[in-house]
Order: sequence, then C-alpha cells, then structure tokens
Amino acid sequence: MIDNLLNPAVLFFVLGIVAGVLKSDLKVPQALYESLSLYLLIVIGMKGGVELSKTSIQSVGLPVMGALALGVVIPLVAYVILKYLGKFSVPDAAAIAAHYGSVSAVTYAVCLSFLQKMNVPFEGFSAVLLVTMEVPAIVVAIMIARLHRSKTQVLPWGKFFHEVFLSKSIVLLVGGLLIGAVVGESGMQPVKNVFFDPFKGLLAFFLLEMGLVAASRIKDLKKVGIFLVLFGIGMPLISALLGCWIGKVTGLSVGGTAILATLAASASYIAAPAAVRIAIPDANPSYYLTASLGITFPFNLTIGLPLYLRWAEWIVGKSGV
Amino acid sequence: MWTKKLVTIITEKILEDELIDQFKKLDVKGFTVTDARGEGTRGVRSAGWDQSANIRFEIVCDGLTAEKVCSYLQTNFYANYAMIVFVSNVETLRNDKF
Repeated sequence: MIDNLLNPAVLFFVLGIVAGVLKSDLKVPQALYESLSLYLLIVIGMKGGVELSKTSIQSVGLPVMGALALGVVIPLVAYVILKYLGKFSVPDAAAIAAHYGSVSAVTYAVCLSFLQKMNVPFEGFSAVLLVTMEVPAIVVAIMIARLHRSKTQVLPWGKFFHEVFLSKSIVLLVGGLLIGAVVGESGMQPVKNVFFDPFKGLLAFFLLEMGLVAASRIKDLKKVGIFLVLFGIGMPLISALLGCWIGKVTGLSVGGTAILATLAASASYIAAPAAVRIAIPDANPSYYLTASLGITFPFNLTIGLPLYLRWAEWIVGKSGV
Repeated sequence: MWTKKLVTIITEKILEDELIDQFKKLDVKGFTVTDARGEGTRGVRSAGWDQSANIRFEIVCDGLTAEKVCSYLQTNFYANYAMIVFVSNVETLRNDKF
C-alpha cells in the first residue's frame, strides 16, 4: 500500500484535500481544470488506441462483453442496496447507482501508473474496457428512474442519447482511441512529446484540483448520513469482487483483472453527473457527488488500488493462469 | 426611449443548452450569457468545475415574452435546480430590436 501512496499523483491529491479542508486560498482556475481534463481524456484514449493497434481483435471480444455485463449489473445491485437497505427515494437511488456503475477515467489512469510501478503487465486493450463501461450504467439507472416516474417532465430519449453518447468524455476517449489505433506507435513519435511524456505530471496536477473538489465534498459528509458513507466504501468492494470474477472468467491476466476491478469499483464524476442532472432532475446532487467524489474516489486512489491488485492476484493467480 | 423588460436568470451551467433551445421557441430575439458564481440555499456555486458552475442569462424583451419566459422557467426548473429569476424595467433606444 505504501508503494501506491508514494505516487506523486496520489500525493498531490492528498495535498489538494488537505489544502481544501484547511481552507487554503489555493484555487485551480476553471479554464485550467477544463483544459487538463480534455488533455487527460484524449491522451488516455490515444494511449489505449496505440496499444490496441498491437492487439488482435479476437482477444478483445470476451472481456468487452464482461465489461458490458458489469456496466449493467453494478447499477442494479447498487440500486437495490440504496433503495431497500438505505431507504433512498427512487430518483436518489437511481442517480447514485448511475455513478457507481459508470467509471472514472482518472482512477483508471492512476491504476495504470500503479501497475507499471509494480511491474505488473496488463492487456493493451484496457482502454476499450474503460470506454465500454462509461455509458451502459447511466442508461440502466435512468431507465429505472423513468419506470417509477408518473409526473414531471421527461427528457426525450433522442435528446438523452445525444447528451450521453456525444458527451465530451465519450467523444475524447473514443476519438483518441481511434486516432491512436489508426496511427499506431510509429505514427505517434512526432507528437509523443506533447501527448505522452507530460501525461503523468499533468495527471498529478489535475489530481491537486480533484483533491480540492473532493475536500469541498468532504464537508458535506455530515449531511448525507452514515449509510451513504458506508455505501461509498462498501459498494466499490462489492463491484471490485465482481470485476475480479469477470476478469477471471473472461481470461484476463492479473494486471487486466486488477484494471477491470478498479473500473468496476470506480465511480464516475464527469459523464454521470452531467447526464443525471438533466435526466433525473429530482435526485439530490449532494448525495451522488459527495459519495462519488468525497468518499469513493479518495478510497480507491489510496486503499482501493493495492487491494484490488491483491485480490486479482489471489483470484486469477490461484487457478495458475 | 422605449421601456422594455430585462429578465435576468441565474442558474446552473448544465441548463445552458436546454434554455437556449427553449428561449428561441418562446420568441426571445437575443440574450447574453456570462459565467457567474455565488452562494445560496443550494450551497456554494463556486464555478470551480462543471458541476458547481453557474451562468447568468440576460434577456431584453417585451412584457409578454418576459411573462412567457418566467412562467416556463418556474414550471420546469424551480423545483429541482438552483435558479433565480428577476425582471426589471429598462429603457432602450430601438423599439423593434427587442
């Protein structure tokens, strides 16, 4: 675990949290935050695309199906827990479920750098799994919310799909993947200096801002209640176990399984909040933003990543794969 | 000088596209949007990142359009979104522009 914590990105995140909690006047300008998030998403896509260009297409199929299944099952499990154990209203339970089923690209990026640091090899196509898991959970959760809705205005499906599939994170991730896959490693050489070399440094810088945002959410912990705090830690553990199992069943390596578990455990805070705010307007944003950003994101970055790797080693390694 | 209504709307950035579409359907001829930040009953709207960003719409229009805009906003958004709307009288130089 110490190995993971001694990653500059994670330490910058902790610095952001400390500065936020202590009410420092440190602020990252919004324009920089937006620029960094654009950069990170496109580079994550491009790196995945370059790796994908070296992989055979057949090997991708089964894990993608597994990722898709996770994207559908996780929000359903989360919804049932929130609705029946946590006694949340339908819109709130569905909105939170959307966040836990969808994924966090930044958690994914930190997971990759953690695996590299630990010298654990992983499948090149893992970015495809990230893209696969971004949307399905949001759709599932919004369908749940709609099934229970009798009144209030409903966003037309056409508009909703436009909102979700053309959201910036999907456009940048898929666009980056395609560009990376078409150009391949040699084609990337001329732009490597801009897109690949500064990635880890800028990721660390971005996490400073995420720490500040998470700190502003940590202040809301008292308002959201103890159940949601426990859910924010318990749900990623359940999802990660499911992810490990799917990783094993679909034949991923230890590294690939750890990535799939991390994706399953991560909660979205870019794509899901934007879609949910429009599609489930009566859900309280304090609940889903605080759970996703204030609890699950910090938990995954610090304790989650090394834990999921250990589980992946245990579950996949045990069968001798 | 011609007296018109200035409708000011301060709300969540996420509604920007939706509102622009609707304003056009409600015969609004033009508007100005700026980024905004502040604090209210729905907490701090710091503009630090997308989910907590606010915007301010300013629309100069005739009384009838102002009423249509206000009632549309109140019916559809007041319950679930951070939004305030206020209307004031303004003097304009061109009657037919607004």
